[in-house]
Amino acid sequence: MAHIPDAILSTPVLVTGGLVSASLLAAALRRLDYDRVPQAAVLSAAFFVSSLINVPVGPSSVHLLLNGLMGLLLGWTAVPALLVALILQAAFFGFGGILVLGVNTMNMAVPALVCALLVAPWMRRLPAGRRFWGGFAAGSLGVLMTGLMVALALGLSADAFTPAAKVLAVIYLPLALVEGLITATIVGFIQRVAPELLAPVESAHA
Amino acid sequence: MSGARLPSPQTQGWIAARDPRLRISAALLFALVTVSLDQIPATLAAFLMAAALASATRMRLKDIARRLLALEGFMLVLLMTLPFTVPGNPIIGTGTLRITDAGLHLAGLILLKANAVVLALLALVGTLEPVVFGHALARLGVPEKLVHLLLMTVRQIHLLHEEFLRLRQAMRARAFVPRSNRHTWRSYGFLIGMLLVRSLARAQRILDAMRCRCFQGQLYLLDSRVWTPRDTLAGAGFAAVLVSLPVLDRMTR
Repeated sequence: MAHIPDAILSTPVLVTGGLVSASLLAAALRRLDYDRVPQAAVLSAAFFVSSLINVPVGPSSVHLLLNGLMGLLLGWTAVPALLVALILQAAFFGFGGILVLGVNTMNMAVPALVCALLVAPWMRRLPAGRRFWGGFAAGSLGVLMTGLMVALALGLSADAFTPAAKVLAVIYLPLALVEGLITATIVGFIQRVAPELLAPVESAHA
Repeated sequence: MSGARLPSPQTQGWIAARDPRLRISAALLFALVTVSLDQIPATLAAFLMAAALASATRMRLKDIARRLLALEGFMLVLLMTLPFTVPGNPIIGTGTLRITDAGLHLAGLILLKANAVVLALLALVGTLEPVVFGHALARLGVPEKLVHLLLMTVRQIHLLHEEFLRLRQAMRARAFVPRSNRHTWRSYGFLIGMLLVRSLARAQRILDAMRCRCFQGQLYLLDSRVWTPRDTLAGAGFAAVLVSLPVLDRMTR
């Protein structure tokens, strides 16, 4: 539900999304050494595969966004990783579109960066047994902020979309709770099995 | 959980013979032109054009339908609300709950346009081998680091999907059935966590293997795609047909 199709958003929204995503991407690529490309690729492939799991929620089923967790684990690298996933999903699976790629990337990447820059340092200060709260915060924040940004993109494009934007915003609430619970489990698991994954990204590759 | 694999193209026909760069640029141009249309006849023409492209690739109808359906979840919310919310002449209903002609028009436009863009994208780009797609992006000026990330991700998706299926099968062997409850969500959390932990170990092995092969922090893109006169011809023909769409749009206004 986070993939906005083409032909819906207005030109100013599309241009804004494109510019924001392009500058975030430039900043992220500058920070990414070629040495870290394999690790980033494997993790983004893992996220890609995980986001295809059908998670039952109530009568329906959803896919996870995982952008909050990507922010926690990948830091700035989450931006190109998310863009790659969105390109592949658009070109080969029919999710989203071409011209909206910038907006879709922005909607996913900005929450991921918020998690990377605000939630991750807070989580690392928590005692090991309580770090799953960082996972819960990142998972639910990622979905909530993405939902909010999708709704904003719609609402700013045309007045007629406002009701649809409100419906979407409401749909995202239970999703945020489920994604928060799952991300908390993931982070708790990683903390016990491979805590080095949760260490700051810069020192991890020294 | 279906179709996590990226497709390996089994397509033939004249589209498959064209240069990947041409196909990517054509899809982009098609999207730009289609989105700018605002009359139903021209939009319908664009949709038919995309459908013609898709049928020229001889993709299976079932595959196309499944991918178009991926789009409709979002569309459903929009299409349900738009006919009621756009001001215009009411057709059915009274008071605040009425369907207007302008609303139906806008909903129809969006439905046609979005599907046309996705159809053209699937036909022109979706039938490319993902690796070829990555190389073509690099030739079109996409940053090389991003292309390397894309290429390696594509390769790893196959491998990690197999890893995922193994883990999932182990869960099934222990009689796990996904339901809407905390147990399922926790189990999926462990599943994804395990996938991530294993993928990190895999990444370390890959980097070691690359170092063994003299990796020095620089990768090279090797491909040998030559632009032929036929590509120029096909590009010119496509552009000519594309230009007729906005012309038709003006004429029917």
